[in-house]
Amino acid sequence: MLPARDTIFARSSGAGRAGVAVFRISGPRAGEVLDAFCGGRGQARRARLARVTLPDGSLLDHGLALWFPGPASFTGEDVAELHLHGSPAVERAFTDAMLDFGLAPATAGAFTMRAFAAGKLDLAQAEGLGDLLTAETEAQRRQALGQLGGAISARAEDWRAAILSALAALEAAVDFPDEDDVPDGVASQALAPLRALHADMRAAIAGADGAARIREGATIVITGPPNAGKSSLLNRLAGSERAIVSDEAGTTRDVLEVRMSLGGQLVTLIDTAGLREESEAGAIERDGIARARRAAETADLCLEVRDGREVDRTAEAGGSAIWIANKADLTDEPVPDGWLAVSAVTGWGVDALLDRMTARIVMSGEGVLTRGRHVALVRRAAGQVETVMASAMPPEIAAEALRIALRDLEELTGRIAPDDVLGEVFAGFCIGK
Amino acid sequence: MEPSDTERDYDVIVVGGGHAGVEAAAASARAGCHTALVTHKVSTIGTMSCNPAIGGLGKGHLVREIDALDGLMGRVTDQAGIQYRLLNRSKGPAVRGPRTQADRMLYRTAMQRAVADQDGLRVVEAGVEDLIVQDDRCIGVVLAGGRRLHAAAVVLTTGTFLRGVIHRGTERTPAGRAGEAPADALGRRLEAMTLPMGRLKTGTPPRLDGRTIDWDALRMQAADDDPVPFSFLTERIAVPQIACGITHTNARTHDVIATNLDRSATYGGMVKGIGPRYCPSIEDKVVRFADRTAHQVFLEPEGLDDHTVYPNGISTSLPAEVQDAYVRTIVGLEDVRIDAYGYAIEYDYVDPRALRRSYEVRALLGLYLAGQINGTTGYEEAAAQGLMAGLNAARSALGKMPVIIERHQGYIGVMTDDLVTRGVTEPYRMFTSRAEYRLSLRADNADLRMTPVGLEAGCVGEDRADVFHVKQRAVQDARRWVRTTNLTPQEADAHGIAVNQDGRRRTVLDLLALPGIDMERLADIWEEAAAMPRAVREQLEADALYAGYLDRQAQEIADAKAGESMPIPHDFDYANLPGLSGELATKLSAIRPETLGQAGRIEGMTPSALGVLLLSVKRREAAAA
Repeated sequence: MLPARDTIFARSSGAGRAGVAVFRISGPRAGEVLDAFCGGRGQARRARLARVTLPDGSLLDHGLALWFPGPASFTGEDVAELHLHGSPAVERAFTDAMLDFGLAPATAGAFTMRAFAAGKLDLAQAEGLGDLLTAETEAQRRQALGQLGGAISARAEDWRAAILSALAALEAAVDFPDEDDVPDGVASQALAPLRALHADMRAAIAGADGAARIREGATIVITGPPNAGKSSLLNRLAGSERAIVSDEAGTTRDVLEVRMSLGGQLVTLIDTAGLREESEAGAIERDGIARARRAAETADLCLEVRDGREVDRTAEAGGSAIWIANKADLTDEPVPDGWLAVSAVTGWGVDALLDRMTARIVMSGEGVLTRGRHVALVRRAAGQVETVMASAMPPEIAAEALRIALRDLEELTGRIAPDDVLGEVFAGFCIGK
Repeated sequence: MEPSDTERDYDVIVVGGGHAGVEAAAASARAGCHTALVTHKVSTIGTMSCNPAIGGLGKGHLVREIDALDGLMGRVTDQAGIQYRLLNRSKGPAVRGPRTQADRMLYRTAMQRAVADQDGLRVVEAGVEDLIVQDDRCIGVVLAGGRRLHAAAVVLTTGTFLRGVIHRGTERTPAGRAGEAPADALGRRLEAMTLPMGRLKTGTPPRLDGRTIDWDALRMQAADDDPVPFSFLTERIAVPQIACGITHTNARTHDVIATNLDRSATYGGMVKGIGPRYCPSIEDKVVRFADRTAHQVFLEPEGLDDHTVYPNGISTSLPAEVQDAYVRTIVGLEDVRIDAYGYAIEYDYVDPRALRRSYEVRALLGLYLAGQINGTTGYEEAAAQGLMAGLNAARSALGKMPVIIERHQGYIGVMTDDLVTRGVTEPYRMFTSRAEYRLSLRADNADLRMTPVGLEAGCVGEDRADVFHVKQRAVQDARRWVRTTNLTPQEADAHGIAVNQDGRRRTVLDLLALPGIDMERLADIWEEAAAMPRAVREQLEADALYAGYLDRQAQEIADAKAGESMPIPHDFDYANLPGLSGELATKLSAIRPETLGQAGRIEGMTPSALGVLLLSVKRREAAAA
């Protein structure tokens, strides 16, 4: 015998001491929890003040109780929510009570997984929700909110509809060849709308770089010879009031890189100072150096730093880097064309540098495709559409290519998806979602 | 007290002598079962009740698969076909569909001969009143007059006989096909079993007297010069070939119909059943395509010695006098005489989701259903189901496991899975677009796909086995030859084949993939190509044309098989499955998918729900072990 479907619970608000902690319960026994601990379920979707009492009659806490009967709930199941006082002691007591009542602690992403299974959101929306929960910058928040609202899903649905209508015309030409209700030209007419579809997909792919940069953050590396002042510049940029340095664990402690927000855009600033000293570095540091080196190779922007006293007046500012003549406090020499004079020590010229960096990094508007997974699928689908447009292939092959494209788009929203993709998406959630 | 197994009269009883019935009875007998075919009237066995044609897109594929399983339809058609046309000749081989018009009389005669010649098959002329049920199994039938016949399994192929009602204008006639009695008693029996039932309709056009048609005014469509037979055993078609006429409806036709629309049984609200969208009546066409000023009509002679003509494209349920009026507005038909008026027929069908994939009724083991009773339309669809139901009834009688053809193996598998998994919302007809593995499921390789299944199942005779093995070996050899035989770019150039002069040798298979190059073209270069029989050549040309796509499909099939073949126990409890909506749990409990693959195709099934199902089935297996 299988066990009956679990009812799960978790603290949905952040861990630790807080004024209020929100506990969420989802599953067939959610209503029973309210009956047993809060003296009833109350009106659906209305907050009410409740005394939370244990089976022995003792008071656990008092707070707000909410009842969301399924299927009109986040998970599609019966859901109860309790807003209690946010102390570790209350959390412990509540957890013990729920375990004793036979509920199971929710695993990471369990609530969202149930919502997905119930069709409350599709895979792309679930990804958007995950991104929204971890958004650090304004651009990330807007982008994730759009995706949660169905930005990708709507686009994928449009593409799917366009392919389906072309496919239908091709299939009609194949399956009804003898009927003048389906004239010969119908197959070629079907292909015309594919051109617009293809252009739209390419545009989305092109916009994906910007979107991925918003989601994952842009990488800026600082390079230059020893003693050009790279580390001082890193510290100066990180310390600037305009660059809000992220205090997320594990980033600022790393001597080689700093996470900061530049014009609402998440940026990772990497100092390559250590690269030259790899042979002398300890094991842990070597790891960091290797990572920095990889990051440098794929950096979105490069800051080339030189000691301003050693910059030749005819030096060129080539490539896509920003060329910086540092130590401006130590020299009066004018800088060559295209160069920026900065003093990392006094902060002189740093504002101008930040302006220039912001202009180079921050993309206007958010893209639709935010992950490598999206881009890969849309690129594959667009490739199939392209082969159909490019050559005069028999209709059954064209139809096959369009079917493959459809499958790719369906994978985008999780209409069909391999289990490992699902696992990866939902593993990214914290416990209470 | 009912007799025990040893006292059974037959191993398998098949009720109905239509296209499903004859295939079911013959397949059961081929599989080694003592079989009875019970029908109202022996003389109507093999009658084509609707249009006199066999095959088409998807349908032609089904006939080839029936033939590859040593069924009757292909062989019989080849003795009766009078206008062979390979549809989609200009398109690729996967979507070419063999079709022919058939001489009704020749077809019926050949089918009756095939039934008579089948060892182990006996025809019983009688009506069937009821089923014999014992211990929740169907173990026989009660004939009109009360005689009881016992068997291990019964196959019902009663077509539109279930509560059939014919509509023409406001006339209503309880009937099966025109002039035959409906099987209402049996219908009540099925109803008493509380099987899920639905109501469908279909229609026929008026039949015309060909001697009163002005053929000179019409464009004629000839048969193919080189008729391609249906059966892999037929070497050439000996039946004389005829041409069909093509004409069109016009504004006057549409006026007559529009003016009298409320007198049509279907538009007057007399008919409740749902008709096929892809085979609309002329009333439907006039209403739904109001902007069209003409609709094509094929004038198909029903036989070599028969002056009856079937006007394909103008089926109707209008009153007789309106039929006379609208038909005579059509070019060539100005003075035509109608021999029999068209009508719509409404009938009950059993929701095929009540069946297992073996076509056995889940609620009454021992009973199998095939053909129109399952909500399908078309001779070919009926015949293919009949074959599978008859074969599986026989295997059950012999104590063997059922034979299930999967979606990737054949159109029969596609149809079976569509029926038992999705059910029907209109009369189900086969199309090539229903087959997701269409490029691999071709009419030309039906034998390579199906005959091994038939050999394994024990329903393929020695003659066919011999022919098949010869072809199978020849294809294998040829596949090796095209991959190992090659030439240099210079050599290709010398033979007038343009390829990049990159020094890379091209195999025969590479050359076949070039536009405009087929085996015939390569016959100038290699004797082996010249000597290759058409049946073998076709395989290689398809391999080359669909290269890449076929590999991809093979991969998909392999992936799908892993999940596809995972069985779900018949008594699996869906109610307790976590993460499943109540609606989906109810659906799964009703359909009872036999494999995970089938579960995945149920409407509304989400990927994660499927994941949960997989996990639970595995967990149950582990617990049971």
